[in-house]
Amino acid sequence: MRRVNKAEKARIALTLNGRKLAAEAEPRMLLSDFLRQGLGATGTHVGCEHGICGACTVLIDGVATRSCLTLAVQAEGREVRTVESLAAADGKLNALQQAFRNNHALQCGFCTPGILMSFTDFLARNPHPSEAEIREVLSGHLCRCTGYAGIVAAIKEAASAPAIAGEGDRP
Amino acid sequence: MKPRPFDYVRPDTVDEALALLAEYGDDARILAGGQSLVPMLNLRLIDASVLIDISRIAELDVIRDLGQAIEIGAAVTQNKLMAWPQIGEKLPLLAAALPFVGHFQTRNKGTVCGSIAHADPSSEIPLALAVLGGEVVLRSQKRGARVLGANEFQKDMLTTARDADELIVAVRFPVMAGQGVAFREVARRHGDFAIIAVAAVVDNRGAVRLGVGGMAGRPQVRRIFNDPAGAVAAWAQELEGFEDLHASAAMRRDLFKNLAPDVIAEAQQCAA
Repeated sequence: MRRVNKAEKARIALTLNGRKLAAEAEPRMLLSDFLRQGLGATGTHVGCEHGICGACTVLIDGVATRSCLTLAVQAEGREVRTVESLAAADGKLNALQQAFRNNHALQCGFCTPGILMSFTDFLARNPHPSEAEIREVLSGHLCRCTGYAGIVAAIKEAASAPAIAGEGDRP
Repeated sequence: MKPRPFDYVRPDTVDEALALLAEYGDDARILAGGQSLVPMLNLRLIDASVLIDISRIAELDVIRDLGQAIEIGAAVTQNKLMAWPQIGEKLPLLAAALPFVGHFQTRNKGTVCGSIAHADPSSEIPLALAVLGGEVVLRSQKRGARVLGANEFQKDMLTTARDADELIVAVRFPVMAGQGVAFREVARRHGDFAIIAVAAVVDNRGAVRLGVGGMAGRPQVRRIFNDPAGAVAAWAQELEGFEDLHASAAMRRDLFKNLAPDVIAEAQQCAA
């Protein structure tokens, strides 16, 4: 049984984008803050902090999750993937990111990391979604630039790209 | 915002969780998916001295076919139930209702039992449980297990019959055979809390059970015999309805009167 008292800082170890990392956190620290402040991975953005906007979405054990609705201590021992994991080491964008670029699917870019992570999970489960299915999943994200048309176009393009449609180099 | 400080405990077994509940009672909150609890903690709408995280208890992460009913353990997520291969055949009302629960991303974490425990009056899963006449299985260290019908369990808005030392270990949905079902809701945006939600079940003799969420402190269920439109209109007048920033009570009554006959017709078509 794991127990951490409120006044205590526990050492939380997890795998972030393939690297084993650890930092200290109080029980109340949200995973979103832990990633940014504890581990210095600032690609994940913090928006509403109550699960509506989707900006903070990351993968925990491959599953798209709101990091603002997850305590850091809950992610202990888990495999967390963030937007930093998508591009290759040399900076080459993956198929989903490239499709966003091709379709002008980001304007200010604040909502983009969360949307990319949601669709990394969703396209792995459902490589050939209909537009209605894409829009349903996208309803879990808010883009205040209202650039939804470009985002839908990008996801449709990515879904027809061989790297997504086949086994390929899925993260 | 950030939550106020709390202790965090992650038991490995149900017995350990029950011992913690016996010790802390009202001071503790059960954390499963956290998709309702953590927003409320973040917004400081509620406080907890201790969070008991049951999400890693393997014996609670189970969907079991009991023959007459399907039992869903307290750690089973909404998306896990949606992806269960037999959901369409055995729990078609849940198959129709679950896509309305939050979003893909929150259903990945949010649990079926957590939604029942939270007992929001406009919530889809408690409505499905009420219409189907399902059961909630509770356990405590001192008194063992007890099983409550949906109607006994959910008392009012965010209020249930769970005692402070009890854990909801599972929920049971009756298996459907030869029945027609339909589920629809009206919300400002997909994934928002429903303004009203309507569920109908029609059995092979044509008897209709109609349920509505968002019109009272808890889901309301009634048998409809004939003249659905007339029966719904009369019922809508009896239900007080909520007034909030999304809709007036009169608007909710109107939505119910217009939506429910269509939902009944859809369930009847599906039964035929």
